Amino acid sequence: MTPKLHVAHVSKAFDKNQVLDDISIEIGRGDVISFIGASGSGKTTLLRCINLLEPIDSGAIFLDDTEITAIGLDPNPIRRRIGIVFQSFNLFPHMTVERNITLALTKVLGIDRKSASEQARTLLARFGLGDKAKSYPDQLSGGQQQRVAITRALALNPEVLLLDEVTSALDPELVGEVLDVVRELKGSGITLLFATHEMAFAREISDQVCFLADGKIAEQGPPREIFSNPQDERTKRFLQRVIGAGRLLD
Amino acid sequence: MHAFVLDLKIFAWTTPAILITALLIAVARSTRNPALFPLRLFVIAYTDVMRGVPVILWIYLIGFGVPGIGLERPWNSPLLWGSVALGLTYSAYVAEVFRAGIESVHESQRAAARSLGLSSTQTMRHVVLPQALRRVVPPLMNDLVSLQKDVALVSLIGPIEILRQAGIDKAKFANFTPYIGAALLFLVITIPLTRTTDWMLARERRRTTATRVR
Repeated sequence: MTPKLHVAHVSKAFDKNQVLDDISIEIGRGDVISFIGASGSGKTTLLRCINLLEPIDSGAIFLDDTEITAIGLDPNPIRRRIGIVFQSFNLFPHMTVERNITLALTKVLGIDRKSASEQARTLLARFGLGDKAKSYPDQLSGGQQQRVAITRALALNPEVLLLDEVTSALDPELVGEVLDVVRELKGSGITLLFATHEMAFAREISDQVCFLADGKIAEQGPPREIFSNPQDERTKRFLQRVIGAGRLLD
Repeated sequence: MHAFVLDLKIFAWTTPAILITALLIAVARSTRNPALFPLRLFVIAYTDVMRGVPVILWIYLIGFGVPGIGLERPWNSPLLWGSVALGLTYSAYVAEVFRAGIESVHESQRAAARSLGLSSTQTMRHVVLPQALRRVVPPLMNDLVSLQKDVALVSLIGPIEILRQAGIDKAKFANFTPYIGAALLFLVITIPLTRTTDWMLARERRRTTATRVR
């Protein structure tokens, strides 16, 4: 069976800084894979490359059987199939919550404004944001804003959703509500890739965990193995550090 | 008073022309499509040249120069070409204000819009420009107020607007009161204009944000 997403020997450098160095991963349909690793290990860049926000230097990325990194390919239809949620939410501050969600529905999918609005409200209600449709992003808490951002990405019905450290900018007490949303997505058929510092959460929800170090995959496997019995020296040190910082405690 | 109305007329028809031209220039300059590079080069040259020469010189050059090539009436009116000169120079200044606004919108906003499948044109139209325009309203008003005053420069090539009328009156009666009268008339327009925009901005801020730091 072809994997849903196939990253094949992808490399990417910013000037002299090799951020991704020959990365290869296969992710099955509906799987949940998490990327862990120190800051600057390439997690965010990898997700941005998959969403075609960053061009890659070499290698290829496939969605089903399509090479999405092929030269001359229109990126817009691909991006519709691969959603991304950012660490800093990136909601549009001049639009209401509802308009944030309906913008792409109306302008990209060509749905009329009224049905788009209904879809948005249904989704918002599902994530406990039903009363926020007419609010502006600045009037919401960080956790609410991030839930709106996830809703916005989901509204397009993407086949793959990329979550880039979606809880890193949040106060500790707001992290839970966002993780609950992600939990709900597991098993819905959507393929989830997320970069995170929430080790307990990565262990709980992932089918596979990928440990990145210096732009390479240092270690990859089921969460039990990575967290309980890491083989790579860098993984061991990293996990010790984060456990020391209390991030693995439930 | 008739002379002052002429000022207002010049202002009224140059303003929309300037805003539209300037916006087109700014968008052209912010485009990232490599195929449009020559266009970018052209608008950069345009803004540099228009801003590098004093407004009054452009008014002389275009206001006297173009009618001088022998056009038929009404196309040889210095009033018309004087306003065109004013419009062309101000478009260059205002375009820079718009461009600053466009560039002040954080890259992550574009990333978010593009990641939702919006094209670069849609991103500019729905995400970048609305935020950019809100941000540049104060400096934009600055330029419009200054335009409203520079309209008086067109008088130097013929049409009798208020500053010139005041000069004539002063010469006639040998006192400065007409100048003071003219100054007051300008203020009557510019002060309400600036206060109104301040009020509009404050209302917008109240509507979209939760709490304000005092």
